[in-house]
Amino acid sequence: MERKSSFASNIFLILIFFILYAPIFYLIFYSFNSGGTMSGFEGFTLDWYKELLHDTRLLIIVLNTLVIALLSALISTVIGVFGAIGIQAYKRRQTKNTLLALNNILVVSPDVIIGASFLILFTMAGIQLGFYSVLLSHIAFSIPIVVLLVLPKLMEMSPTLIDAARDLGASQWNVLTKVILPYIAPGVFAGFFMALTYSLDDFAVTFFVTGNGFSTLSVEIYSLARRGISLNINALSTLLFVVTIVLVVIYYYFTQRSSSGTKGVDFRR
Amino acid sequence: MENKSSRNLYMVPYALWIILFVIAPILLVLYYSFFDIEGNFSLVNYKNFFTPVYLQMTLSSFWYAFLITAIALIIAYPTAYLLTRTKHKQLWLLLIIVPSWINLLLKAYAFIGIFGTYGAANSFLEWVGIGSRQLLFTDFSFVFVSVYIFIPFMILPIFNALDNLNPSLLYAAKDLGASGWTTFLKVIFPLTIDGVKSGIQVVFIPALSLFMLTRLIAGNRVITLGTAIEQHFLVTQDWGMGSTIAVFLILIMFLFMGLTGFRKRGA
Repeated sequence: MERKSSFASNIFLILIFFILYAPIFYLIFYSFNSGGTMSGFEGFTLDWYKELLHDTRLLIIVLNTLVIALLSALISTVIGVFGAIGIQAYKRRQTKNTLLALNNILVVSPDVIIGASFLILFTMAGIQLGFYSVLLSHIAFSIPIVVLLVLPKLMEMSPTLIDAARDLGASQWNVLTKVILPYIAPGVFAGFFMALTYSLDDFAVTFFVTGNGFSTLSVEIYSLARRGISLNINALSTLLFVVTIVLVVIYYYFTQRSSSGTKGVDFRR
Repeated sequence: MENKSSRNLYMVPYALWIILFVIAPILLVLYYSFFDIEGNFSLVNYKNFFTPVYLQMTLSSFWYAFLITAIALIIAYPTAYLLTRTKHKQLWLLLIIVPSWINLLLKAYAFIGIFGTYGAANSFLEWVGIGSRQLLFTDFSFVFVSVYIFIPFMILPIFNALDNLNPSLLYAAKDLGASGWTTFLKVIFPLTIDGVKSGIQVVFIPALSLFMLTRLIAGNRVITLGTAIEQHFLVTQDWGMGSTIAVFLILIMFLFMGLTGFRKRGA
């Protein structure tokens, strides 16, 4: 595939990059507009950012979003890693495949279905909609992603490593913490990170299972955007963009270190 | 891991998750689809689904999803191809993926500004001499924004497939006298078809269920299966009908996975 890229193909790529980034920079640009609209730049101002920082309600929502993301990523990573180790331990191919098929259902299901079915589930179980229903849903849809990122690492691992550890007298717990976990660490980190971004980003599922008193950032942006343009959202998106870039850099750093298996894998819907 | 009891111990929380959050929700959706709005057991929802109103909605939902997938593919394939030929291709690929990490609603919100009456798109149309148009709340804006959102997800698997292509096959084709176009049709495309399939997979199914975009961008002019489910669950509170539509969407999903095969996304 080594042909010098022609002028036309460069133009094409530039155009694609332009289209991909234009809306984002459009948002950022107007977050500094002293006029109240996303058309016609009147003058530079930081008022929208100031207003954002004084909006306690929004700050609470940001905090909610972060707490949900961290907790759900943590819990789903633990359950997912155990699940992956368990799946790997099954000898029969058919059992493994069945478990994997079940695992993948939530990965490929449209968000609307996940949201609607969880809404039924929580209502039937008598769980009040709010913090816990959102947390449980986020854990639920993150687990399969963790499993998918951890399994390749486990399959790479030679079983003789564990046999050797056991021959040398390692206990069950030692095998897990001294042999298995260090070996699959890159996959675990990638899984945790994916779960984190999934949770931060999710709108559709949360929208279904969130009650009146509880909101996350995505849900809040949706209800604000339905009311029309307000440059607060622009200021917010600028900050989120910066945070996202930082997250991407961290994630890139981890996946570069782990080189194989997880690089370039993106499960986002 | 040889020890069966320790394996079972590992599996307890995971198995609980499968039962509670994978199997139970599907069964509950199925169960609810047999209840009418008054809570009586009946098949009325299924009867309603086969009336022209819902069939037409399903059809148009499919049509939009098809359109979005096709346009995304047409744009993504050459992009992925050109990306594999750049220097520092992994870096460029990362830059393609970055926008997909930005919250979907913020991107949709950006387009409310861009496509608005006095937004950038209309200023551009004025400047070119076409004059301003109603862009927001049209089918066009819905398809455009959806394609915009899905393009990175389509590029990624195709890029990976192209990147794994053995270059000696291309040299062989060239040596045997194949033209660039023939090489593409007979060698490159068939060998990257798996990437294309998983790209289609990650775009088509979600495109059937984008209810937030139809609300924000299409101004309720486009109704997809996703919009209908959301409407029934959260607005009209007719969970039975919503579940019935969900049952069909799940069936479509399984059918679609059966046709294209499950692939780890992006791999």
